[in-house]
Amino acid sequence: MHTLTLAQATQGLENGDFSSEEITRHYLNRIGQLDEHYNSYITVTADAAIEQARGADTERAKGNAGTLCGIPMAHKDLFCTQGVRTSSGSRMLDTFVPPYNATIVSHIKGAGAVVLGKTNMDEFAMGSSNETSWYGPVRNPWDIERVPGGSSGGSAAAIAAQLAVAATASDTGGSIRQPASLCGITGLKPTYGRVSRYGMIAFASSLDQAGTMTRTAEDAAILLGAMAGFDPLDSTSTDIAVPDYRATLNDDLSGLKIGIPDEYFSEGLHPGTAAAVENAIKELEKLGATTRRISLPHSNLAVPCYYVLAPAEASANLSRFDGVRYGHRCEDPEDLYDLYTRSREEGFGDEVKRRILIGAYVLSAGFYDAYYRKAQRIRRLIKNDFIGAFYDVDVILGPTAPSPAFKLGEKTSDPVQMYLEDIYTIATNLAGLPAMSIPAGLAEGLPVGLQLIGQDFGEAKLLNIAHRFQQATDHHLACAPIIGGDL
Amino acid sequence: MEWETVIGLEIHAQLTTQTKIFSGAPIAFGAEPNTQACAVDLAMPGTLPVLNEAAVRKAVLFGLAIDADINRSSVFERKNYFYPDSPKGYQTSQMDEPIVGPGHVDILLDNGEHKTIRIHHAHLEEDAGKSLHEDFHGSTGIDLNRAGTPLLEIVTEPDMNSSAEAVAFARKLHSIITSIGICDGKMSQGSMRFDVNVSVRIKGQEELGTRTETKNLNSYRFMEEAIKMEVERQIEVLEDGGTIAQETRLYNGDTKVARGMRSKEEANDYRYFPCPDLLPVAIEDDYIDALRGTLPELPDARIQRIAAAHDLSEYDANILGGEAGMAAYFETVSHSSGDAKLAANWLMGELSARLNSEDKTLEDSPVSAEQLGGLILRIKDNTISNQIAKQVFDAIWQGEGDADSVIEAKGLKQMSDSSELEAIVDTVIASRPQEVENFLGADEKKRKKMLGAFMGPIMQATKGQANPGMVNQILLKKLNEQQS
Repeated sequence: MHTLTLAQATQGLENGDFSSEEITRHYLNRIGQLDEHYNSYITVTADAAIEQARGADTERAKGNAGTLCGIPMAHKDLFCTQGVRTSSGSRMLDTFVPPYNATIVSHIKGAGAVVLGKTNMDEFAMGSSNETSWYGPVRNPWDIERVPGGSSGGSAAAIAAQLAVAATASDTGGSIRQPASLCGITGLKPTYGRVSRYGMIAFASSLDQAGTMTRTAEDAAILLGAMAGFDPLDSTSTDIAVPDYRATLNDDLSGLKIGIPDEYFSEGLHPGTAAAVENAIKELEKLGATTRRISLPHSNLAVPCYYVLAPAEASANLSRFDGVRYGHRCEDPEDLYDLYTRSREEGFGDEVKRRILIGAYVLSAGFYDAYYRKAQRIRRLIKNDFIGAFYDVDVILGPTAPSPAFKLGEKTSDPVQMYLEDIYTIATNLAGLPAMSIPAGLAEGLPVGLQLIGQDFGEAKLLNIAHRFQQATDHHLACAPIIGGDL
Repeated sequence: MEWETVIGLEIHAQLTTQTKIFSGAPIAFGAEPNTQACAVDLAMPGTLPVLNEAAVRKAVLFGLAIDADINRSSVFERKNYFYPDSPKGYQTSQMDEPIVGPGHVDILLDNGEHKTIRIHHAHLEEDAGKSLHEDFHGSTGIDLNRAGTPLLEIVTEPDMNSSAEAVAFARKLHSIITSIGICDGKMSQGSMRFDVNVSVRIKGQEELGTRTETKNLNSYRFMEEAIKMEVERQIEVLEDGGTIAQETRLYNGDTKVARGMRSKEEANDYRYFPCPDLLPVAIEDDYIDALRGTLPELPDARIQRIAAAHDLSEYDANILGGEAGMAAYFETVSHSSGDAKLAANWLMGELSARLNSEDKTLEDSPVSAEQLGGLILRIKDNTISNQIAKQVFDAIWQGEGDADSVIEAKGLKQMSDSSELEAIVDTVIASRPQEVENFLGADEKKRKKMLGAFMGPIMQATKGQANPGMVNQILLKKLNEQQS
């Protein structure tokens, strides 16, 4: 049951092969047996899940099945869930139980999904290896000595270890795509504004975007369909009709123009990754696409630009965690200053503190123009690179991450090496564009992701390409070796 | 040495929207703590602001009222600082690109001259909550009801040169914002608060002196006191050879004590940057044109109209027409009594005096405009004299009903029956032979003044209810008869 895709599981439920309660119990059992090896969940909501599953079975019997009816899935732990602790991977919010749902949590609930629990993540989504979580690192199901990527490492590992059918995730600089790549699953970061940010705990507001972690592009199409849409509670969400993403999955790819940026095949790219991507290009050409080399000349500025803007926004976004109204508060504060400093010192981890400091610095009087303002200008240049490229091509293709999964602890002492993990993913966040990572094969026995970057609100085209690719190949079917046998 | 005072004001006006500037929580003064704050106002994780269009509309109306440039694009920024009543750790405000650009407000000075005060800009921002230091046994309570209340911050150029000018400007601004209905103007509730920037320089010097800012003054009187005190302090410091520190000051209106709060050196670096949760506010010409059409009559126009329509002096028209509430009251009294002069006299005289002595505003006057109009009608048709009218006014003030019922109930109707009055006059003349003799011996000029000797006792005999005009006539006739 746990190898089924979302689409297949829905078919099984519809056929009566199993009930939602059965598949939910099966997943809960797997989580209970196996997750100690991966640490992909922070919170498991077993009782609520079974109750939701029974409700889903009843609704399906009445003919009221929504698009996710009875599907056991998980939410990254930065989406607020009413009545369920939402930690954002931080000690700061270890005791925080929101009295409201994030908009996407409501949408997914409305579509009938069963929520198994909340997945582990880098603290406040700051990290590329899931090692900054207050709840401990997540381990990659392909090799538990290796990282799953981050910050949505819990969601990616849970899918790869078959501990959920699908999961939500978020991507500020690559936090969906890079872990999807490292765990061998399908990850989609939609266009900025396509999915509501309301109730998603903010890291960098102008870059954060909620998306999907699934086994296949088809599953991503189903889940995105349930999540996407204008939200009056989010001023940055866009009021553009949500297309039926499944309807165009099988569109013919002939005539599709794919751009391959020279800058995405620079030194530092793992040869195994490069080879997998080259093979994928050939596969897509077989499906009728044409490819051409393009240039995104400001690509080298993306990481430094991002590490000015994202921390700047984060430094303000995280000011609300002050120990006054909710979250961690230090014991016996002497005065207001002590309350603030000690609550924040104890509540935040090192990486979060590092980014708050960077952010406050680049916004300071005397430094603002040199850093923040300049970075905003660079952001515009990066966006213009893409706008220029899309005059000639329909989509852009390249690697997702520079290498397959690295070892736990390998990059924790060198933040810059860690930041370079997102070298191919960050530019799309700065430009607000949609992008996907899909499995493209293995290198040294570890998954390699292929990245597809689309035009604004071009999710349907990305899903179409990814789906056709997955129909023609079986990389997405490769399974991580599951510890403990086939439960 | 002759000193010149330079004053600039920053005014925070709470906008009378139904809900907060970035959330759907209601705005009402005086509610139980934290009952008017939703998840957004509490800065719960993941919550986002959504701009209230009503706040934008009111800001644009203000811009139109002061003949200002309305910026077609304005940007909300985050002003970062930690304080318990600032739940997000930043205030969402406008900095480099405010919604209202330069404009002007004209004021009337005591000497009858007009002066133009330039407005530098006005911007939208959110109010903070309140820290409550009482009743918490050494702890501090936080009430976030006010957090997120829309404010329009209006910043003037340093164009005022005395506390009187500053107060005249403040009154005029109050009049404008209440006339266009963007703020209730209730200063005692904090709906309108003034920050005063004051500096002094030697007369003739071009360069401005170092200024101090006295924050959060919530009455004209406190503002006047605080400015006078600060000007004196600065002159004294400078004349003693000292220098003025650029600092923020607080003035306590109850104790009349001012003190420095924090100096420029300790000032925060607010690290302003554009708020990524809010898009720039784009305002189109159609929107502005439509609002221009809804702009109510502005104080200057109203003052001119009232002066012309009722043949009033500019000074009187300024008092009666300056505030929308006063103007409406005056026009009702004037209309229902049919006598603008009497209406003006009663408003600026008896009514104002009574309101002042009981520390009330026109809004909570126990005497309605209709009631005052009804009272004036009875003066005009000679039912009561001016003297009795004051008695009737007092009864109306006490809630004893309108003029007619008070006159009826107390039997205050003027005596206009000539035979009755003639009898009383005869009695008084008969009892005062000496006065009669004096009167008859005097020339025409002096006689007029001497009538008082008879009027007093007659009024006394009639408890003031005698019609003074008629008594006058009868008295003259009877006295002249004595002569022949």
